[in-house]
Formats: sequence, structure tokens, C-alpha cells
Amino acid sequence: MPESLDNVKAANPGPVLDYELLLDCVHCGLCTSACPTYAETGDENESPRGRIYLMRGVTDGKLGLTDRVRSHLELCLDCRACETACPSGVQYGKLIEPFRIAMDQADASRPRGDWFRRYILFGLLPYPKRLRWALTPARIAQRTGALAVARALRLTRLLPSPLRRMVEMLPSPRRNEGALPEFLPAIGKRRATVALFTGCVGDAMFRHVNWATARVLQHNGCDVHVPPTQACCGAIHFHAGANEPAWQLADTNLAAFDPQRFDAILNNIAGCGSMLKEYGHHWHDSQQPARAAWAAKVRDVNEFLDQLGPERPCGEIRAVATYHDPCHLLHAQKIHDAPRRLLALVPGLELRDLPETELCCGAAGTYNLMQPDMSSRLSRRKIENIRHTQARVVITANAGCALQIAREAREQGERLAVVHPMEILDWSYRGITPRWQSIS
Amino acid sequence: MDRSTLELADELRRLLGPKRVLDSRSDLAVYECDAFVLEKNCPSVAVLPESTAEVAAIVRLCNERGVAFVPRGAGTSLSGGGMPVGGGVMIVLTRMREVLEVNLRDRYAVVEPGVVNVNLNKRLAGTGFHYAPDPSSQGACTIGGNAATNAGGPHTLKYGVTVNHVLGVELVTAEGEVVQLGGPIDGSPGPDLVGTIVGGEGTLGIVTKVWVRLTRNPQGVRTMLGIFESVDDATQAISAIIGAGIIPAALEMMDQGILVAVEEAFHFGFPLDAEAILLIEVDGLEVGLDAQRDRIAEICRAHQAREVRFAADAKERLQLWKCRKQAFGAIGRLSPSYCTQDGVVPRSKLPHILQRIRAIGKKHDIRIVNVFHAGDGNIHPILLFDERHAEQVKRVLAASDEILTECLACGGSVTGEHGIGLEKLSFMNRMFSNDDLDVMGRLRDALNPGGLLSPGKLLPTAGACGMEQIHPGRHAPV
Repeated sequence: MPESLDNVKAANPGPVLDYELLLDCVHCGLCTSACPTYAETGDENESPRGRIYLMRGVTDGKLGLTDRVRSHLELCLDCRACETACPSGVQYGKLIEPFRIAMDQADASRPRGDWFRRYILFGLLPYPKRLRWALTPARIAQRTGALAVARALRLTRLLPSPLRRMVEMLPSPRRNEGALPEFLPAIGKRRATVALFTGCVGDAMFRHVNWATARVLQHNGCDVHVPPTQACCGAIHFHAGANEPAWQLADTNLAAFDPQRFDAILNNIAGCGSMLKEYGHHWHDSQQPARAAWAAKVRDVNEFLDQLGPERPCGEIRAVATYHDPCHLLHAQKIHDAPRRLLALVPGLELRDLPETELCCGAAGTYNLMQPDMSSRLSRRKIENIRHTQARVVITANAGCALQIAREAREQGERLAVVHPMEILDWSYRGITPRWQSIS
Repeated sequence: MDRSTLELADELRRLLGPKRVLDSRSDLAVYECDAFVLEKNCPSVAVLPESTAEVAAIVRLCNERGVAFVPRGAGTSLSGGGMPVGGGVMIVLTRMREVLEVNLRDRYAVVEPGVVNVNLNKRLAGTGFHYAPDPSSQGACTIGGNAATNAGGPHTLKYGVTVNHVLGVELVTAEGEVVQLGGPIDGSPGPDLVGTIVGGEGTLGIVTKVWVRLTRNPQGVRTMLGIFESVDDATQAISAIIGAGIIPAALEMMDQGILVAVEEAFHFGFPLDAEAILLIEVDGLEVGLDAQRDRIAEICRAHQAREVRFAADAKERLQLWKCRKQAFGAIGRLSPSYCTQDGVVPRSKLPHILQRIRAIGKKHDIRIVNVFHAGDGNIHPILLFDERHAEQVKRVLAASDEILTECLACGGSVTGEHGIGLEKLSFMNRMFSNDDLDVMGRLRDALNPGGLLSPGKLLPTAGACGMEQIHPGRHAPV
């Protein structure tokens, strides 16, 4: 469609960018094939190089911020696979994130506080207690079988789209475990003192993973502290363009965890982990050095255990499994070997390589709620690749990926179990034979 | 947008539906150049066909309306091969990306042109076969683009370049007819039409399907590093290795300048005080590999190699190759802008050309570093500068011109693998006689009679003002 000036709605968000970062891109195109949206569409406007070109065009005033440009930038998953592929070290995340925030804020014509953002994204998701409570009706529906019936009859389609996606993603219920205590002592000789970040969605939906993580750490001689005043990492807000609330959450966490007391601040969700690690460079005020020092203590639990030198797990886990790399672990945190090395220690576990493991599953934080079409294309592609391995167990270290892969598998009637590496280690340490909770 | 373009876009939409026709200004801006960024021109429309029939229909439409058209793959060309010189319709082949057939018994695969080189090899993993040409951009570039430029790569020293691995092509002619040249078997009688199309840089037809040869994976591989005190010694060693009758799978050189950048990026443990290193790989039957490796080490030492290191395991080997293949990307650490040249000299002239490059750099006060496919004499001098200084840019232009002229004087070529595109048009009449160019022009006119397909590429057009010089820029990896 030809562009006319009256659909240029927003002011130029370009000035928020560090222009030098744009110049780092030499336009070689080596990033393109790593980009999930380009892999799907083949359109260079949906590639990292193309998006950088668009941002530069807008910044330079050569292109208007039209709906067309906007849609290409919004379709980006921010998975940062392009950063892994880029030989020039372009920091794509530092371009697209501030640009999108500015784009959002500058656009007065967009409904700022639509109900979904106000009540669900910002009002519900970041608060594990509210979320657990809010899930109660769905949980009851699930336990009584009503949800399965509703799904079968496609009644869930009557819900507004993002809510429907959320219900579709609801994982199978686990044994209702209580909240983690504030302190769990090391078993055997103490090797480290760590703090555990439990997450918002993580604590509400994946508390069993937090328990498994804590037990694995205890088993490896770690005193585990779980500061009760911790908050959501702020990634949901930050990536949805709500800078201020993210900033506040960061400072709440800064106060909740005293970095001096701990050898490391651990987390088991890749998305939260990369946000926590980035606290040092998102905001520039007098607290910035403190945030940077705090962030320097943050480790993913796989990374930490691998460096610490894990106790050898002895319990046999008989399964053919595959490991899916969460973007925020592989691309944002550059952690590739650690989880694989840990899983390789588990007797009986056969880990098969997943084709296109470096390609996003389409979850990408809240992307699956905001861009359902592209998200589904990518999750279908992921399931296809998983099917290719013939694995029945998918291991991944991120809540979003786990929900997304499970949802797609369920939709396709694929019987898969989706678990976290710490669950596998925990079962092996405790000599428990898992009864795979197949998700379909 | 003028009226005829609007009509054209509408007709294209009737062919392809609304989503695969791009005609907004911003969408087209992304297609105004490829990895050669010094010349830019927007196409009028960009289309993303999904089948040969669609490509043929688009081409016929362009012919009816007398509009220029140009094919494009991933847009990684370093010579402007994917840039629409004359505007018109850009036919983007990236949605034609299926591996259609893998036939291990007959050792070929059939792929669509948009298949990314490395994805074909990923698909072949575990079969014991691979597709041999491995340009350093293989992670992103497409087989169609490889065929257009007759792409090379480190391992083409032993295995041959793209043309040696293309058995056949399906082609949409410049007039929109679909023909098949060659096919699953090798060596049809008559003129080598497949060999003509490969390297035609998209001026002789649009390749919509490629039959590629599959190569058995070598049983064993040995990778080593020769570390030299002087560039001269290293280049003499290269000639000596090949002269001794050994054809390494790959033989690459990196000089001190590039080593510093690579070491900073990848921390391999390269000695920073060495003037040059050779990255040498031999492969083949396990029996005899150690003997070959030792013989190469011996030759290196005879040429004053300070040290010869062997890659201990597969991981170390991969790391070495990563250093080499991503070396260009690391240059950003040395200077704000750089210009990669692509020239070829006979191997025995390597010591000479490298001395000349150094002298030319000194003369023009431009820092030049080198990383290249030494085994086949394909040099890639990289000129470092700051594009914000016009005067430096001028000196870079002069130095580039002098280096390529020297390649020609050595009996070499101004491109080894990047293609002429539009970057090196002005060199064509220095490299070839008028008679040569006339014959090439007549071949092109026979296959592309209307001149609508990829105008302004590969061959200088009589009467049109060719580009006077090679422009430097922030160029990307080879």
C-alpha cells in the first residue's frame, strides 16, 4: 500500500537510540536465517537486518513510522537469535527494546490502558498470589474435567482472544505444593550460600520446579535463601513498553536480595534471568552502579551448578528426551552447554539433538498473547521438530517455552511431557521414577 | 508511485494474492541494497513467489509490460548482485526453500533456490553425505545465490566450486518459459549449458530448482595451524605444499592484523606476535592422513614456521573454523569502516602480491589486513578506514584499484567468488578484450533478448555510464 503522510501517527522514537549501535550493523545479512519470523515469511522486512534498516530509516527521517513499519517491528520476538548469529557484535536487543518502548509511548492514538494490559498483564501476571487465586476457577474446571470438555467443544473460543490463549496454555495441575520456606539448609558440607528468585508466573504455575530447584541446590551443598519480599522481575512490563513499573520492580528486588550475603542470586526461568542480568543497563540514575553490582551476582541455576561442579546423580531416569534451548538462555545469556552437561550426568536419560533448537518456539514472553498467528506458526514448527526426534520428553529451562510447547502439543494431540532440567536432576538425586505427566 | 507501477502491483496481486506483493515505500527500502551498500536503488515492487509457475507468470507479466526484473536470494551479495539497478520488479526467492528430494543412492539432492546453504547440510546430517561448497556466509546465503555467483569457500580448494556441484537446473528464461538443463545424472552431451548458467549472476535466467551433487563425508580429518614469523615464509610454504602434490581440503591464511581482532573476539590463543598463520586441513581416508599431516608440518618447518599446532579434537577444530569464518565480522573491532577486496592470483604469485599489497598500503597510508583462501590464490585484502573522512575514502579507492590492477598484471582476476555484480563492472574491460566481452554480450542477448532480466549487471553496457571506480564501504564477511 502506498504510504501517505497522514498514517504517520507518532513522533520519531529514533532519538532514544544510541546511534552508534545502529552503525555497528554492516548490512551483511548473516543474521537473516537465524531469525524465526524471517524463516517463516522470507520477507527481509521481518529480518533483523531489515528491522535495523527500518529503525535507521525512521531515525534518519527517511521513513515515517507508518503502521506498516510498526507492524514489522512489533512482529519481532526479541528472541535475539540474531545476536548469536551476528559476527559484528550488533546489540540488537538494545536497539529494538528502547525503540519499541518509545514507539509505544509516542503513539497517542493507541489505547494505552486496554483492559488486557491493565488487568491481566500488569495487574495479574506479576503477582503470584493473585495469579494463583485467579486461576482457581480454571483449576476447578480442570480437575472436574469441565475444562477438557470445554476444550473439546471449543467453548474456550468464546473467550476474548488473549484470555483464550491463556486458558489454552494452562498446564495440567500438579500436586498442590506449599510456598517455599525462607531458608532451606545445605545437605552435607556447605559449598555455597545462594538466594533463589522464584518468579511470578513461575511461583504460580511452576512451584514444583522451584521446589525441585531448591532440593537440587540443597543436595549440592547450598544454603538456599528465599527472600519473601522479592517481586516480579519486571520483564513483562519492560517488554510491553511499561518502563516505570519495571524500574520499580527492579528496585524492589534490589532491596529484597542483599548481594553481599550471597555467592549468587539464582533463578530457573530464562526470561526472568536475562532481565535480572540486565538490571545494570536499563536505567541510568544514582542507583545504576548498585543495580549493576547486584546483576553481576545473578546466575541461571544450570549455569551455576555447572560451574560449581554438580554431585553425580545416581537414580536412573529411563527416557528418550530432547532439550529445547530457550532464547533467553541461549541467545540472551549465551548458555548452551551447561544444561546439556548436567542432563548428560543422569543415568538412563537419552538426550537427542533437536533440529532448529536455536529457533524460538513462539512463546517469547507475552508475544504468544499479542501476536497469536506468528506465535502459532512457530510453535507448530517446534512440535514438528520435536516429533522428528521421537522424544517423548521435552526438557526446557523457561516457563514460557514450557507453556507454549505444552499448549501446541495438546492441540495437536501429541503425547509429550515437558519438564525443567532441575526436575530431572531432582528425581535422579532422590531416586524417584517419574510418572511422566503427559500433557495431552 | 506512478500509475503504471500501481497497475503492475495490482496485476501482481492478482497473481500472488495481497500478502506476497510489497509496494509500500518502507517495505521496498529494505530491498534497496544487499551486503554491498554503496549503491542503492529501490525496486518498484518486490514479490515473493512460492513456485516455478508463479515465477514464470511474474516474468511473463514483466515482459508484457516491458518492466525490468531481478532475482534475489538472501541479499548477502558483496558486489550488489541482489540490487535492482534498473528498478522494476524484484523477485525474492526466499519462500522457495524446500529440499525437494535427497537421493543418497544416486548422490544428488534437488533443492529450491531459496534453501540456505547450511540448512541443506543440516538436513543431510547423519546421512554420511554433504554439499561441499561452503562459502563463509553459508549460514545465510542461498543455493540459488551460490549458483548465480558460482560461489567458492574454504573447502572448494579440494572439492571444487559451485559449478562442480551443480548437476542440473530448472530455469525460468528471461521470457518466462520453464526449461530444465541437466538433471540427476552427470555429463550430458553438447555444450555445457548448466555451466553457463552457473556464474551468470542472474542475467541468463532465473534458477528455480537445482540438482546438486552430494559428496561423501571424509572418513578422517586433520586440522592444523602453522605459525610463521613472516608473511613471506607463510606464502612460500603455501606454494610448497601444493607443489609437493598435496591438495589440502582447505588452506587459509590470516595475517597479524586480522589475528589481533580474531583473538579479541574468540580467545583461541593465537600468538599475537606472529606475522601470519596458515590454517590447513587435510581429509580423506583415515589411512595416510597422519603421514600427510606430518609432511605438511615438515614443509612448514622447512619454511621457518615457528610452530605447528594440531587441533586436538573436533571441538578445537570447530573453534578454529569459527575464528576463520567469522573473521570479517571481528574487523569492526579494528576500525569503523572497512572494504574487502576479492582478487585472484596464481598461487606462485602470492608472495609477490602480498608484498605489493603491503607496499600499496604504505604508499596510500591505509592499513590493510589479510584473511583469505590461500590454497587457490584467492586474496581478500581488507582496507581499514573511517568513512567519515572523505580524504581517507579517496586513498582507499586508489589503493583498491591498484591492488586489483596488480592482480590482473599477475595473470589473475578481479573476483574469485563474490562476482562482478555492479561493483566491478568497470574492471571487465580491463580484464577482457572487446572481443571477449562481445561474445559474452551475444550469449547474454541470446538468452535475455529484451535485456529486462537483471539489467546493468555483470557485463558493462555499451553507452551506459559504468561506475568509474570500486567504492569502499563497511563490507561484510566473505
